Amino acid sequence: MDLGNGVAPVGAPVTSTSATTSVFASVPEAPQDPILGLNELFREDPSPHKVNLGVGAYRTDENRPYVLGVVKRIEQEMAADTATVHEYLPIEGWPEFRRLSAHLVFGADAPALREERVVTLQSLSGTGSLRVVAEFLAHFYRPGTVCCIPQPTWGNHKNIFPRAGLPVREYRYYDDANRGLDYDGMVEDLEAAPTGSIVVLHACAHNPTGADPDMQQWQGVLEVVRRRRHFPLFDCAYQGFASGSFERDAAAIRLFAAATPPLEMAVTQSFAKNMGLYGERVGALHVVCAEAAVTRAVMSQLKQVARAMYSSPPGHGAAIVTRVLRDPALFAEWETEVQVMSGRIMRMRRELHQALQENGTPGNWGHVLTQIGMFSFTGLSASQCLYLRERYYIYMTSNGRISMAGLTSDKVRYLADAMKDAVLHAGKDGGSGGMAPKI
Amino acid sequence: MLGANKEVMNVLLGKMISPSLPRHRQRLHRWSTTLATDAANKIASIWSHVPPAPEDAILGLTLAYEADSHPLKVNLGVGAYRDDDGAPVVLPSVREAERRLLQSRLGMEYLPVAGDARFRYNALRMALCSLDDDSAREAYGTFHESQLPPAATVQTLSGTGALRLAAEFLRRFAPRTDSAASTSTSPSVVCLPQPTWSNHPSVFRDAGLPTMSYRYYDGQRRTVDIDGMLHDLVYRAPPHSVVLLHACAHNPTGTDLNRQQWQRVLEVFAERRRDLLALFDMAYQGFATGDADRDAAAVRSFVRALSAGGEHGCAGRVLLAQSFSKNFGVYGHRVGALTLFTEDDAAAAAVESQLKLIARPMYSNPPLHGARLVNTVLEDAALTQQWRQDVRQMADRIRQMRAQLRQLLEASLPTQNHHPSTWSPITDQVGMFCYSGLQPEQVDRLRREFHVYLTRDGRISMAGVTRANVAYLAHALATVTDPKT
Repeated sequence: MDLGNGVAPVGAPVTSTSATTSVFASVPEAPQDPILGLNELFREDPSPHKVNLGVGAYRTDENRPYVLGVVKRIEQEMAADTATVHEYLPIEGWPEFRRLSAHLVFGADAPALREERVVTLQSLSGTGSLRVVAEFLAHFYRPGTVCCIPQPTWGNHKNIFPRAGLPVREYRYYDDANRGLDYDGMVEDLEAAPTGSIVVLHACAHNPTGADPDMQQWQGVLEVVRRRRHFPLFDCAYQGFASGSFERDAAAIRLFAAATPPLEMAVTQSFAKNMGLYGERVGALHVVCAEAAVTRAVMSQLKQVARAMYSSPPGHGAAIVTRVLRDPALFAEWETEVQVMSGRIMRMRRELHQALQENGTPGNWGHVLTQIGMFSFTGLSASQCLYLRERYYIYMTSNGRISMAGLTSDKVRYLADAMKDAVLHAGKDGGSGGMAPKI
Repeated sequence: MLGANKEVMNVLLGKMISPSLPRHRQRLHRWSTTLATDAANKIASIWSHVPPAPEDAILGLTLAYEADSHPLKVNLGVGAYRDDDGAPVVLPSVREAERRLLQSRLGMEYLPVAGDARFRYNALRMALCSLDDDSAREAYGTFHESQLPPAATVQTLSGTGALRLAAEFLRRFAPRTDSAASTSTSPSVVCLPQPTWSNHPSVFRDAGLPTMSYRYYDGQRRTVDIDGMLHDLVYRAPPHSVVLLHACAHNPTGTDLNRQQWQRVLEVFAERRRDLLALFDMAYQGFATGDADRDAAAVRSFVRALSAGGEHGCAGRVLLAQSFSKNFGVYGHRVGALTLFTEDDAAAAAVESQLKLIARPMYSNPPLHGARLVNTVLEDAALTQQWRQDVRQMADRIRQMRAQLRQLLEASLPTQNHHPSTWSPITDQVGMFCYSGLQPEQVDRLRREFHVYLTRDGRISMAGVTRANVAYLAHALATVTDPKT
C-alpha cells in the first residue's frame, strides 16, 4: 500500500556510488553565521578594552546576562512543587498561556478577543511563530503572494519566508540621510506592492535600525494596508522592552486589531527579551480573523503545521510566563524589571549622545536618542566599523548597528572617543581595508 | 558538487531564492474572490475556504474519556508513562537533576543553533556506548567512547524535530533517484513500515519527500512479516530510498525484529543493490526492555557495518533520530537529537553547517531546560545508575501488566473457548503499546459497554493498565472477543 505520491519508478539495479565515497561526500560547507563569527572573534580577543556591541541579548551594567528575579523565584517554586510534571503540552500549547499572552499583546478587553476572533498557538519564540504562520500562509493564502519585508530587517526574516515557500520583496524603511524612518518611501512601496501582499511590520524597536513610526505614521500605514487589502504580519519581539510600557509598545498592533470593519492580520510574539527567557523558546502566534466562524478551521490547520514540525511546544518557559501573567503581584514585579532593563538602555543612549556632544564628534547624533530599543543604526560605515574593531577592539556588525544592551557606563566615554576618531580618520571609503570578512 | 542543484548553489553563494511551492503540496483550497467582497456587506474572512483538518484521534479519545463519569473507566490511549496509580511520573533521577540545576544558577541565554555541545555528545554517547562498565555490553555492538565514528549530531525538538530536520536535509542533499534520460531529479522516497506512528507521513510530506510503505506487520500471525519486508526493500524501494526503521518497541505494534532478522535487513543495506539509507527512529531506548544497550543493538550494528571503516566501507548510510521524551520522562521539554554518520570529521562539519541552516529559519535554536536535565543525569555516574534503575522500573511495570493481563485472559479460557495462543502477543510485544488485534467494532463495544478507551486500530497503551484495573480490563477484552457474547 503506497502512502505517498510521486514514487519514483523502480528501474533496473542502479550502479552504486563508489565504495569509498560517502553518501554525503558532496555536501558543501555552509557559510558561517556572520553574528556568530563576530562573537567568536570577540571571545578570542585578548584586549582588556574590548566591547561587544554585537550581542543580541540584554546585559546589566556589569556586562552580565540577566535572569529576572521574578523568573528565578518562579523556577524555584516550580522545582519545589511536587505536583510539577513534565507531560506533553497540547499541540497548540496550554490554554491559559495562550489566553494570557493574547491579553498581553491585544489588551484584555480588545474587541477581537471579546468576539473570539483570535486564534493563538503557543510556539517556539518569535522564529517558531514566524515559521508556522509562514507555512500556513504558503498553504492557504493566495498562491504566488509575496511577503514584503522592510529594508533592512532582522536577518532571519530573509530565510524564514522563502523556506516556507513565500517569496520576499523589500520595502523602503530606513532613511540613511536622517538616520530615521523613510516614511514616504515605505508608504509608496506598500502602495505599489500587489494587492493582498503579506506585509511584515516590526511592532516596536525595529531591528536593526531602532527607527519606529510614530502613531500618526502608523495610522498612515494602516490606511495603505486597508486600501491595498494587504495582510499585516506584526513581529512583536520587544513588548515592554522598548519603552518600558506594554501598552505603548503594543499600540501599533492594537490600532490595527481595533480597526473596523475587522482587519485580518497576524502577530508573532516572543518572550525572549522582555522576560529574559531566550533559550527556553517561548512565544505565541496570534491570527486575528474577521469572524469567529473560521477560527476552528484555522486553528486546526496551524496545529497540523506544528505537529509535522515539532509535535508540541516546550513547557518550561511557558510555565514561567503563565505564572507571571496570571498573578497581579508577579506581573507588577515583572513590569518593574522590564522598566529597569529598558531604562538602562535609554540611559545608555542618553549618555552616549551626551559624550558624543561633549567630545565634539562631527555630525548629528540625535538619532542615538530617538531610535528605540536594543539596537541603534549609528550611521558608521563598514570601514569605520572595521577601524573601531582593529584600533579599539569594539565589535559591531558592519552595517553600523550597535547593541545598546551591550554598552555599559564604564565604556561610554571609550566608545564616544573611538567613534570620534573613526569619523575623523576612517572616513566613508577609507579605512584599514583589513582581512576581516565583511560581517 | 551536486552540479545541477540550484538551491545548493544559491546557499553556497549566500543568496536567497524565491522557491515556488513544491509540486507535491496539494492545494487543499481554492483561492476565492473574497478579497473583492464589499466590506459594507457581510464580513467575509479570507480564511473561509480553509477546511478543518481532521481532529487528532488520540485527542478525541482523551476528551471522550475525561467526559465519561463511569467509575470503572480506563484510558488506554495515553501516550505517556503512568505509574500503578495511573499518575504521571517524574523519574527520581530527573527530579534530582532538577534540584541540582536550580543550585547551579545557570542563565537562560540562547543555545547555539545546533544545540548544547555537551548534550550533543551525551546523546551520541548514549546511543552508541554503554552507560555502565559491564563488558558483557560488547554483545550489543557497543562502542567505546574513544572510538566513536565520525558523525554530525545536533540537538532537536525531540524525535519529531529530529525527523523533520533529517527530512529537510535529505530533500536537499540525499542522492537523487536520477533518470539518465531526464534532467530532473526526484527527491528520495522515504519508506515507512506498515503500520507506523501516525505522525510519520505528515513529517515527511511537509518536508517535501514522497513516501511509500514496506510490509512490516503480519496481522494474521501477529509477527513481523520479514519476508515481505525484505522483498519490499530489495525489489520495491527505489534506489537511494530512505528506509525508516523503528530501533526498538515498534509503535504501534510493539513487535520488533529479532537479532537474526535485523541481520538479514542489514545485509540488504550492505549489499548496496539499491544504495538504501537507514533512518532509525529511536524513541524508547531503555524503555523497551529496560536495558538501554539491548534496545540500541540494532542501531549499533548498523552503524558498525555501514560507517566509515566498517566492513562494507560505505559511510553516510545511517541516520539516527533520538527522543528522550519517554525514557527520561521529559515529554514536555522536547529533548532529542539527530545524528548523521559521515565518512570523516570534515564531512561531519559540512553536514552540521547545513543542518544549522535548516534549523535557524525553523526555530533558531533548541530549548534549554530539558537538555540540561539530561546532561545532569548522564554526566554523573550515580545519577546515571539511578536513571538506569528508573527506566528499568518503568519497563518492568509494563512487563508485569502484560503478564497479568495475559494470565487473566487465559484463565478465563475454559469458559470463553479461545485458542490459548490468542493472547501470547500481549507478552511477546515490547514497549508501551500492545497491538491487540481487536477489530474496530470490538473497540467501539469496549468503549460503549465497558468505558475502556483505545484507538480503533486496536492499539492499547499498557501505561494505562494498573493492578487496580487489569482484572476489569481482562474481563472487558474477553467479553468483546468471545464470539458467543
